[in-house]
Amino acid sequence: MEMTTTDIVIVGAGGAGLRAAIAIAESNPDLKIALLSKVYPMRSHTVAAEGGAAGVAKDEDSLDNHFNDTVSGGDWLCDQDAVDLFVEQAPKELTQMEHWGCPWSRTSDGKVAVRPFGGMKIERTWYAADKTGFHMLHTLFQTSMQYPSIERYDEYYTTDLLMVDGACRGVAAIEMRTGQMRLFRAKAVIICTGGAGRVFPFTTNGAIKTGDGMAMAYRAGVALKDMEFVQYHPTGLPGTGILITEGSRGEGGILVNNDGYRYLQDYNLGPPDPWPRKKAMELGPRDRLSQAFWHEQKKGRTISTPHGDVVHLDLRHLGEKKINERLPMVRDLAISYVGVDPVKEPIPVRPVVHYTMGGIDTDIDAKTAVPGLFAAGECACVSINGANRLGSNSLTELLVFGSRAGRGAAEVAMAESTHVDESAIEKAAEEARAKVTGLFQNVGGGETISGLRKDMNSTMEEGAGIYRTEESLKDTCVTMKEIHARFANIDLEDKSNVYNTDLLQALELGAMIDVARAMAVSALNRQESRGSHQRLDFVERDDEKFLRHSLASYAGADDPGVDYRDVVITRSQPAERVYGGDQK
Amino acid sequence: MSLRTFELEIMRYDPDKDSEPRFETFSVPCEEDWVVLDAVNYVKDNLDRTLSYRWSCHMAVCGSCGMMINGEPSLSCKTFMRHMPDKIRIEPLANFPIERDLVVVMDDFMDKLASVKPYLVAKEKKAVEDGSYLQSPAQLKKFKQYTLCINCTLCYSACPQYALGEGFVGPAALALAHRYNLDSRDVGRSARADVVASNEGIWECSFVGACSEVCPEHVDPAGAIQQTKIASTLDYFKDLITPGRDK
Ligand SMILES: Cc1cc2nc3c(=O)[nH]c(=O)nc-3n(C[C@H](O)[C@H](O)[C@H](O)COP(=O)(O)OP(=O)(O)OC[C@H]3O[C@@H](n4cnc5c(N)ncnc54)[C@H](O)[C@@H]3O)c2cc1C
Ligand code: SF4
Repeated sequence: MEMTTTDIVIVGAGGAGLRAAIAIAESNPDLKIALLSKVYPMRSHTVAAEGGAAGVAKDEDSLDNHFNDTVSGGDWLCDQDAVDLFVEQAPKELTQMEHWGCPWSRTSDGKVAVRPFGGMKIERTWYAADKTGFHMLHTLFQTSMQYPSIERYDEYYTTDLLMVDGACRGVAAIEMRTGQMRLFRAKAVIICTGGAGRVFPFTTNGAIKTGDGMAMAYRAGVALKDMEFVQYHPTGLPGTGILITEGSRGEGGILVNNDGYRYLQDYNLGPPDPWPRKKAMELGPRDRLSQAFWHEQKKGRTISTPHGDVVHLDLRHLGEKKINERLPMVRDLAISYVGVDPVKEPIPVRPVVHYTMGGIDTDIDAKTAVPGLFAAGECACVSINGANRLGSNSLTELLVFGSRAGRGAAEVAMAESTHVDESAIEKAAEEARAKVTGLFQNVGGGETISGLRKDMNSTMEEGAGIYRTEESLKDTCVTMKEIHARFANIDLEDKSNVYNTDLLQALELGAMIDVARAMAVSALNRQESRGSHQRLDFVERDDEKFLRHSLASYAGADDPGVDYRDVVITRSQPAERVYGGDQK
Repeated sequence: MSLRTFELEIMRYDPDKDSEPRFETFSVPCEEDWVVLDAVNYVKDNLDRTLSYRWSCHMAVCGSCGMMINGEPSLSCKTFMRHMPDKIRIEPLANFPIERDLVVVMDDFMDKLASVKPYLVAKEKKAVEDGSYLQSPAQLKKFKQYTLCINCTLCYSACPQYALGEGFVGPAALALAHRYNLDSRDVGRSARADVVASNEGIWECSFVGACSEVCPEHVDPAGAIQQTKIASTLDYFKDLITPGRDK
């Protein structure tokens, strides 16, 4: 098998992967970096982020405020040492982006502008109109082009981590253009493969967000942490699931039900001030807003459409000028995809699966339990997001922990004097290849990729959606186990080598099945309600038993085992999460 | 929801099997609010698993799903079936080699993008601790439009000069160079001029404007090229007046 020897392999060229690559190149230009991605870097889903990236910017704000908002927003499941580090690094990383040319929106005096965001006490969300992720990704990608040590392998689908003597020393990847399996030997590997929203049927996540890296690490023996926490964003377009950014509520947009009533006031989020009050009403946290929708729906106060029930997001009072200046993409998306001009009509919206709080278990240095293996970005769980991520924290997270992972991996690579033996890693790579070629051996089982995907999507939505019960989760766990078994009966129709998307989709489906099972089983075991994980049969938060991270470990055909680890609490004791007029 | 059936005539090419591209027709029942990409996904999921194409975001920002749709370079996720005739011809983007089916070879475009040094060259490196550069909304506005390129390459498919295959740097890459040249924080213009004002750069453009017409993001690369030409001409004359100026 063709082998490329490098110092550090990065899997994923989204925001986190690119930031890691630049950090390595800057810390030691002699280190060779192989940056692998299944799509061209600028296609990575960071591109879709709209609203902004959080970091303290105003004089009247403080790191403590950002810390407190994040920890309470995460329902105290965040590791507080990690959050402290995160809020401290955030403004620096965002300033670094400015130095690299990111076209942040500005105030009239030329400073970087910030906007309010859900669950944030003071405006601290840096934005580039409503295409923040797009601009960050392109800025990072373009900046990365000046470092000759970053060698890109675009459209290389990574299938496996390669382990030698218990350490991760490379990856196996399919060169999509030729279909050939390639071996990358390295001293350290960083996974930056993004989230797994595609496990669910209705999501803001692009087709590529299939949890590949999570599954790779999981199968290699790293636990998946807090997988039961899946964020529903309250405002997606019906049908497509296209996101209407929280920035539109930050700018003053309101949510109303079928009576034109601002229903959030009925869910401890009021009073309904005419101006956007921070951490109240439409600027409450996402978990609360999505849950409020569910209750409105039960009460019959939503509006029915061919693509399911909706409520209305009304921006009309902002006026055309402000909408064009601050929310041009929102306007364009609404006109194009639901035929509604927000200047003239309210936008129909409904909750949509958006973000995976859980992920590859890492420590505060982005290290996993496997020597040589790091992870950063949405695929990782440090955890700064706890049970509910605050909007605009993750774009910052991928910068802070992307660069940390880069620097950490650079240290490992500099400390290791030699590469592992060729024959040892080749053996691992051959095993990876055998798994792929195995998929081509048709068994006549008659299962299809789209069929299994549909079954997975619907059982996850039914059993592990916004509200869950023991019964619903048990059903989903059983169904997912069956789907896992049925996967062996898939027949690939496409036998070609070149750009074989039938094969790639099968591999992605395999990853999603593993990730989905970790989500469902972790959710079943967490007998409490916290943040985005809401159980109708255990409605209270239970700090006694569950102020702990869940850790799912891979068990092949069997359901994963779930262990727990205490949350790191340094200075904020768990308390009630208070939003609306009652907050201090 | 009402369904309407379309005939999709899709270009197929598998270098492992086909000596040349061919067309294959699929009949697809489409919902009213579908885009062309939804119809293509229907083919893949229900009619032919071997069909290859790129897509990801389904919201016109990742730039991967460009195709020729009835002869026009288009983003398939933003081309609505309700505006389409009953028969639709779908081909890979013109002016690029075909890798397989609707997937084209992107190497040349990626090289061109990198060739214009699309990154900020600051006068002096500023420490993060020293905070951000000041930039007024007016200064930002000067280049903002040219930051909006999603690298979809539709403009390369529409460009008669790029079609000649003579190495023209092309609309998106030149617009990107212009973006950095116009940025108040940047001093890299002369470094970029090697490529931008070379034989394969701006002077090759015959100003047909097809690029700006197909651009889904209204970047107006033709305008960028025109402005760069003017700036370069001024440079040339300034050089005559004060030779060796700031090279
Ligand atoms: C619509 C939308 C809007 C959002 N808005 C905001 C916002 O306003 N603020 C905010 O803070 N957050 C926002 N988020 C969340 C945030 O954008 C993401 O969490 C973040 O961008 C993830 O970045 P990443 O680098 O971890 O992964 P991604 O950008 O998803 O990149 C993953 C990379 O991994 C590669 N990859 C994956 N699998 C493989 C494989 N098998 N082999 C090789 N390569 C692989 C991909 O090619 C890609 O390059 C939003 C998310 C969505 C979906
Ligand atoms: S300039 Fe426009 S058409 Fe050309 S690549 Fe950029 S977005 Fe696409």
